[in-house]
Amino acid sequence: MSEQSTYNYKVVRQFSIMTVVWGIVGMLVGVIIAAQLIWPDLNFGPWLTYGRLRPLHTNAVIFAFGGCALFATSYYAVQRTSHARLFSDGLAAFTFWGWQLIIVLAAVTLPLGITSGKEYAELEWPIDILITLVWVSYAIVFFGTIMKRKIPHIYVANWFFGAFILTVAVLHLVNSAAIPVSLTKSYSAYAGVQDAMIQWWYGHNAVGFFLTAGFLGIMYYFIPKQAGRPVYSYRLSVVHFWALIFTYMWAGPHHLHYTALPDWAQSIGMLFSLILLAPSWGGMINGMMTLSGAWHKLRDDPILKFLVTSLSFYGMSTFEGPMMSIKTVNALSHYTDWTIGHVHSGALGWVAMVSIGAIYYLIPRLFGRTEMHSVKLINVHFWISTIGVVLYISALWIAGVMQGLMWRAVNADGTLTYSFAEAVKATYPYHMVRLLGGSIFFIGMLIMAYNVWKTIAGQRAVDDAKIPAVTLAHA
Amino acid sequence: MNYSDLSSVMTVVMMTVFIGIVLWAWSGKRREDFEAAARVPLEEDLPAEQIRRQAGH
Repeated sequence: MSEQSTYNYKVVRQFSIMTVVWGIVGMLVGVIIAAQLIWPDLNFGPWLTYGRLRPLHTNAVIFAFGGCALFATSYYAVQRTSHARLFSDGLAAFTFWGWQLIIVLAAVTLPLGITSGKEYAELEWPIDILITLVWVSYAIVFFGTIMKRKIPHIYVANWFFGAFILTVAVLHLVNSAAIPVSLTKSYSAYAGVQDAMIQWWYGHNAVGFFLTAGFLGIMYYFIPKQAGRPVYSYRLSVVHFWALIFTYMWAGPHHLHYTALPDWAQSIGMLFSLILLAPSWGGMINGMMTLSGAWHKLRDDPILKFLVTSLSFYGMSTFEGPMMSIKTVNALSHYTDWTIGHVHSGALGWVAMVSIGAIYYLIPRLFGRTEMHSVKLINVHFWISTIGVVLYISALWIAGVMQGLMWRAVNADGTLTYSFAEAVKATYPYHMVRLLGGSIFFIGMLIMAYNVWKTIAGQRAVDDAKIPAVTLAHA
Repeated sequence: MNYSDLSSVMTVVMMTVFIGIVLWAWSGKRREDFEAAARVPLEEDLPAEQIRRQAGH
């Protein structure tokens, strides 16, 4: 047996475990900053103030938790659907250790106040260069594995993972272009409204390709596997893939409604955001309908519950998003807590739940077991997460609409009805419910960590998963 | 040709490419290939040779 006849499970295992670890860390920071909004005394500082911890939270949950989940699932799915070991074990190991180093550097620099000030791209230029190196290695490992595949067709999950890897590379390179003035300080290469437009071209496509295309890759591999059925419509998957690619790129301006951005650019952003509803729901319907004829499996399979519920939240937030991009709706929703509620409906409901489902699928297989230590605890985790998300997003819906209405209310003589502080005061009870919802979701992650620990303790790591042999005998 | 003309041409080209993709995906000839492709993750423990034969390659 040559070394090439097994799959590389080691790097998948490392990323899977770190998904759980960073999920706990990132969500804990989220809980802390939610509490700071209620009790300002919790700002210790300058290092642990809201302004510095908030980017730490977003970076940790998106790039550490979400990123590790994407590395783990894409490395697993691309190997198994290509019947090929990862292109390079060394480079794959470099992506793991490099990515962990980036996360640690983020956790150190952001509380120190070292930031480029670009939302979701706060890390300073030396870390940006490291990200580029790791990402290029990721692309080489992923596409190299595709190149040496034994299966003629490139399965649709790999199309989504591939689009995510390529696009994030382009986004990162363009948006992070900066002029360094010292090791810890740089200024954006762009100025004024161009800088804003490039930032939100980056920002919205980070949502579209990091938080959507990548996780649709997870959906297209793990839902058919867990349900034991092929994807509902393969041609729909092809069409909605290209529709997503063609439209997402143009949706960014909806983050800049009623700003210095030219009005026509705002309108294009709104139009493309509305069009996006179609390919988004194409993906949701395709995933849901994969279960047609097997709905009974939802009754007693909590992993499938996670995966399918994530699609419901994906459908909800991709309906809500286009609605919020309509200028007149945006006039009410923008800068309010509604936006934060919308983001978390996508981030907790869709991204986190589909990742959690996939990790519960992976862990036993990576450690030589047939299922998790306790299926019952997965079920508990599922219900806790669902209750947490629903509390979180409904609290912020109400808070957001209320804030929007209070800010725009005017008296007969044209003066503002409410001072800003009055809207802040009215938000307190909703922020309490949001803290409760977030804490409940966080407790779910602790339950997951316990279950994962009990599953892998004393188990042998699987490093001999065989690639099915090529049989030429009866060809 | 100025920038504005170029972007109009690009819009038409991209639209045509997308319609082409839709027609390609919905053409009857693709049906068998797509069915085989959809089974790839479910048949990942079969030898590659057999999957290739089923896909008619």
